[in-house]
Amino acid sequence: MGRIVIDKDVCKGCYLCIKACPKKLLKISSEPNQHGDFPAEFVDKNNECTGCAACAMNCPDVAIKEVYR
Amino acid sequence: METLVYKRPESLLKDGHFTFCPGCGHGVVLRIIAELIDEFNLQKDTIAISSVGCSIFLEKFFNLDVAGASHGRSTCVATGIKRCKPDKFVFTYQGDGDAATIGFNETIHTACRGEHITTVMINNTNFGMTGGQASATTLVGQVTTTTPMGRKAELTGYPLHAAEIVAKCDGTAYCARVAITDTKNIRKAKEALRKAFEIQLKGLGFAFVEVLAACPTNWHMKPAEAVEYMANVTETVHPVGVFKDITKENI
Repeated sequence: MGRIVIDKDVCKGCYLCIKACPKKLLKISSEPNQHGDFPAEFVDKNNECTGCAACAMNCPDVAIKEVYR
Repeated sequence: METLVYKRPESLLKDGHFTFCPGCGHGVVLRIIAELIDEFNLQKDTIAISSVGCSIFLEKFFNLDVAGASHGRSTCVATGIKRCKPDKFVFTYQGDGDAATIGFNETIHTACRGEHITTVMINNTNFGMTGGQASATTLVGQVTTTTPMGRKAELTGYPLHAAEIVAKCDGTAYCARVAITDTKNIRKAKEALRKAFEIQLKGLGFAFVEVLAACPTNWHMKPAEAVEYMANVTETVHPVGVFKDITKENI
């Protein structure tokens, strides 16, 4: 079971993390951040996240600032 | 029990959030460099040389000493700093417009002199900051601001392969080209940069890593499309690989 922490005001909405996640646990948020971008959102209802940190490696803005496993 | 497996590198400033366009490859490479500096514990012994272009704002992001250089001359400034302070870790961070177009002469001669510095060159096949003009590495047929009908080989020639040319220089100890297209290739890029850092720490010679990066804004693509384009089109012209590694030849 893993968990990620997204700094939603740093996210610029490139969604490369959504492309990278092997379990498809990231989606586009419906709430805009303070810059007006729709950030990526982590939704893991069934505790599928393995903490592989693929999303964090692909994030160009270090918006995924912590990954727990 | 949760364990922290990844966190924002210490070598990045806490509020130094990247100011690049969404999906830009610069952020990934800067993060990898910051992680490596943390891993080698070089934060107090590193001098970074910024260049002109999108790669200019190192001091806004890195919690390191940063010196600026005029356009294309980062390797010259790095040469001077490394010769004065040989115990410091000196790396330059340049774009393709800086290292392969305006400052290619300097890059080549630094490689021929075998200076003990590391150069990271981001190749996004255009001048990103000034609005996407064609650079020396622009692909044949690529549409840029200065080649609106696509680059024509008979008019402006063929793309320059910086890593292959630098690899031919005798002073080069390590030369590789990597692409940051997906998780696997980002890991490979980190290993190549780690090797380039080790080469300098061992004092073996000039280390050069060219990183293919996406420029979604000037390629007029969405970030995910730009990464696909890079994997399918740019990599066929600028193939990835290790072109020189003197540590392997010794074995």
